[in-house]
Amino acid sequence: MTSQEENFMRKIEADEKIEPKDWMPEAYRKNLIRQMSQHAHSEVIGMQPEGNWITRAPSLRRKVVLLSKVQDEAGHGLYLYSATETLGITRAELIAALQSGEAKYASIFNYPTLTWGDVGAIGWLVDGAAIVNQVSLQRTSYGPYSRGMIRICKEESFHQRQGYEALLALANGSPEQKQIAQDSLNRFYWPALMMFGPHDSESAHSAKSMEWKIKRETNDDLRQKFIDQTVPQIEVLGLEHPDKAIKWNEERGHYDSGEIDWDEFYSVINGNGHCNRQRVEHHIAAHDEGTWVRDAITAYNEKKNAKKAQNVA
Amino acid sequence: MNTEKLELFEVFIRSKRGLDHKHIGSLHAEDHEQALEYARDCYTRRSEGVSIWVVKSNDICSSQEDDAECFYDPSDDKPYRHATYYVLPDPVNNM
Ligand SMILES: [Fe+2]
Ligand SMILES: [Fe+2]
Ligand SMILES: [Fe+2]
Repeated sequence: MTSQEENFMRKIEADEKIEPKDWMPEAYRKNLIRQMSQHAHSEVIGMQPEGNWITRAPSLRRKVVLLSKVQDEAGHGLYLYSATETLGITRAELIAALQSGEAKYASIFNYPTLTWGDVGAIGWLVDGAAIVNQVSLQRTSYGPYSRGMIRICKEESFHQRQGYEALLALANGSPEQKQIAQDSLNRFYWPALMMFGPHDSESAHSAKSMEWKIKRETNDDLRQKFIDQTVPQIEVLGLEHPDKAIKWNEERGHYDSGEIDWDEFYSVINGNGHCNRQRVEHHIAAHDEGTWVRDAITAYNEKKNAKKAQNVA
Repeated sequence: MNTEKLELFEVFIRSKRGLDHKHIGSLHAEDHEQALEYARDCYTRRSEGVSIWVVKSNDICSSQEDDAECFYDPSDDKPYRHATYYVLPDPVNNM
C-alpha cells in the first residue's frame, strides 16, 4: 500500500469523511460516481410516474401537495448531481450516460401509475423504502454525499406521510375505493422490496462498497427494516398484506417473508419493464425542448461580458 | 497597514471532516494565497479547522433584507411542505 492509500484507509477506518480534494483510489471515485449518479437519475426520472397525476389529482389540496412533492424530487436530483460533480465529472456527461442507457436509475420508476392509489402507494412505499436507504447513507464515507443525504432525509418525511394519508383516505372510502388502495399496494409492494437490490450474496458492488463505507448496511438488512416497519402500516390501512408468507419470527425479532420474483427484477433492470423506453424518451424530449433556454443563457452571458469589456476599454 | 488598498475576504472554516464550511469572519489581504495564510493565523490558532475557504467579499452575491418579503413569502401559505401537516393514526405516526 502506498502512503496515500494508507492515509485514505486510515480515514475510512476512523469513520472520518473523505472530502472532494482528498486523494482517493480511482475505484472509490468510480464506484461513488456510479452510485451517486444512479441516485440522482432516480430522483429525476421518479418525477414522471407521479407527474402523470398532477393534472388529475382528486382535489386541489391533493394537487398542490403532489406538485410540491415532485418539486422536491427535482431539488433532490440537483443536490445529488452537484455532489457527484465534486468527483470531477460534468453534468453533461452524467446526463448523456442516463440518456444512452449506460447509467441506471431505480427500476421502480419503470412501473406505470395506473390509478390515483398508485400515487399514494409511491409516496408511502417507494419514498418509504428510499428513506430507509437514505437514512443509512447519511453515514456514507464521502462528505458531499453524506451532507446531501442529511438534507434530503429532512425533506422526505412529508413525502411518505402524504402518500400514506392519500391511501388511508381511499382505504376508508367506498368498497371500490378500498379496492383501488388494495390493488396499488399489491402492485407496488414487491417492486418496493426490489429497490434494495439483489441479495447480498448476489450483489456485484456490495463488498467493496461496504469496505469503503460507501454503503453502511447491506441490501438484505435494509430490506428487512422496511419489511418490518411496513407490516403495522398495512394493518392500520385495513388492507391485506400482499405477502402471504409474512410471519413474525420471535427468535429473530423480525418478520419472515416470501421470496421476491428475481426474474421480474432482472427483466425490468434489463429494459423490459412497462415504461423503460417511455421514461428515457421523455427525458430526452424534455431536455431537447429546454435547449433554447440554455442557449439563451449562454447568449445573454456573452452579451453581458462583451458590454463589460467595452466599458472597461 | 493601509487596508484600503487591500481587498476584503470572507473566511469559511470546516471544523471537522464531514461538516460544512461555516462562515467565521473576514479579513483584508492582497490575494487569495495571503488571505488563506492570514485566515490560518487568525482563525485556526487552536486547530479549529481542517479546511479553509476564502472568497472575495465582492464576489459574494447576497439577497437583500428589503427583498425578504417577496423572496420568502411564497412559502408562508404552503404548510403542506412540512411533515407535521399530515395527521396520521398514532400507531403509524412515527413515519
Ligand atoms: Fe427524493
Ligand atoms: Fe430519493
Ligand atoms: Fe421523495
